[in-house]
Amino acid sequence: MDTFIQQLINGLTLGCVYAVVALGYTMVYGIIQLINFAHGEVVMIGAMVAFSVITALAGSGMPPVFIVLLATLAAIPVCMAVGYTMERVAYRPLRTAPRLAPLITAIGISIILQHVALMIWSRNNLSFPQIIELKSYHLGSSETSATITNIQIAIIVASIAMMIALLMLIYKTRMGIAMRATSQNPQVAGLMGININTVISMTFMIGAALGAIAGVMVGSYYGIANYTMGFMLGLKAFSAAVLGGIGNLGGAVLGGLLIGLIEALGAGYMGDITNVCFLNGFLPGFANMCDTNPNGSLFGSNYKDVYAFIVLILVLVFRPSGLLGERVGDRA
Amino acid sequence: MSLLKLEQVHVGYGGIKAVKGIDLEVNAGELVTLIGANGAGKTTTLKAIVGLLKPSEGRVMYDGNNIVGQPSHAIAAKGLVLVPEGRGVFPSLTIEENLQMGAYIRNDRDGIAADIEHKFSLFPRLKERAKQTAGTLSGGEQQMLAISRALMAKPKLLLLDEPSMGLAPIMVQKIFEVVRDVSKSGVTILLIEQNARLALQISQRGYVMDGGLITLAGESADLLSNPKVREAYLGEG
Repeated sequence: MDTFIQQLINGLTLGCVYAVVALGYTMVYGIIQLINFAHGEVVMIGAMVAFSVITALAGSGMPPVFIVLLATLAAIPVCMAVGYTMERVAYRPLRTAPRLAPLITAIGISIILQHVALMIWSRNNLSFPQIIELKSYHLGSSETSATITNIQIAIIVASIAMMIALLMLIYKTRMGIAMRATSQNPQVAGLMGININTVISMTFMIGAALGAIAGVMVGSYYGIANYTMGFMLGLKAFSAAVLGGIGNLGGAVLGGLLIGLIEALGAGYMGDITNVCFLNGFLPGFANMCDTNPNGSLFGSNYKDVYAFIVLILVLVFRPSGLLGERVGDRA
Repeated sequence: MSLLKLEQVHVGYGGIKAVKGIDLEVNAGELVTLIGANGAGKTTTLKAIVGLLKPSEGRVMYDGNNIVGQPSHAIAAKGLVLVPEGRGVFPSLTIEENLQMGAYIRNDRDGIAADIEHKFSLFPRLKERAKQTAGTLSGGEQQMLAISRALMAKPKLLLLDEPSMGLAPIMVQKIFEVVRDVSKSGVTILLIEQNARLALQISQRGYVMDGGLITLAGESADLLSNPKVREAYLGEG
């Protein structure tokens, strides 16, 4: 039971990060039906900028929380500028082009951003200085009960706060209503005097700001950053957005949390479930494997990256519109 | 004084010319109608006025300035507002939000709130359903919403593209009453219609369009009694 709760906490933390990144995918898709495959790289750049700031200020004697805050405040405008620029330079000229052109462009932008990051921050794994002392809190009285760390708490709280802020923005402000109007009918939105280019730029920048914060969270959670980290993270968050129903904000949050939980529980339990050594007595042929490693399993936690994509495939086959998505006609 | 003046406007899609050099004028305070059969080029003309299509030749003079080449949001900001064909309400936005978007170019919060209340008093049906999404409204109600939304911008010139299209006869009557009332309240209107009889009955002047050209123009009353119009557009003769 303790293990289960522990995996729930880990999954929830991870899921919050995925949800925040998935929101960036789903917002852009909602407004221009583009899957911005470069969004994962925006998250990576957020983590990298945060790494530089934290490394530079680590020995300065400033309070650690303040340093992380500064790092976040530095990462947000950088990522917003990246988001704005990619839309302005790469996607806007292709707005009336066939769907495939911007999609391939997105993959190209993703590769370009990776290599820019490679040139700036090198190809090495960058370790974040451990400036915040990691504290664990037991959730039960016993020594073996599940724990939650201060960083996990911070990630969960910050994610929830961001999601609420985003929903307020989209559903309560004039800009948010204009965004939804543009996503439903850009031509008519223009006739109302809404500058749809501004709205689309805003959407990219808001998504990128969320990505920046997600990057800081991932960096501080794993303590490591690398120029390729955005790829896998981006794909998982994209899977989360598809699971929830791409274009649907609530769906992105739900999908992100589910993917995080599935990944954590999968990593935690798949080893036990697929341990086939009990067959040793009935069937020959397992002896070799089980003698060398009695806990040998077909799949262990090293398969953790697989689950998001199994979910993605299942969703695409059985419910392409996602859990909360509306059934839309065939879209290329 | 003319508020809108089209001078030898040509518009095409790719190689096909849909509008082949038309002159059209709307004076401040007027209700002018542009009638014609399907494919005559009426909607293309409107799209060219509001910047959704760019005329290949000619000038669109609005309030004394040539607005050709300006983006549609900039044209809307000048008070030239189109209610598009098929209504174009935002289906997943609530009725209230649709009205707020109509007032997007305005900044007077209190005035906007008062205007929304005013629209609700004109169309109680919209008030009843203010918090519901516009997609749940009937076609006629959506048209009421589309017109109300356009009026939220306080337009100087309102362009209506076939507001009666696809509506039940009783709703058609009602829409024409609304258009007439809006005109009486001082808004200049250019009305495009296939329902030539009703359009000519409520308007002061009319243009007849055919094959991308203006073939007839004049006082609406004269057009109503014109044998050619009667034969081709009023189903008589």
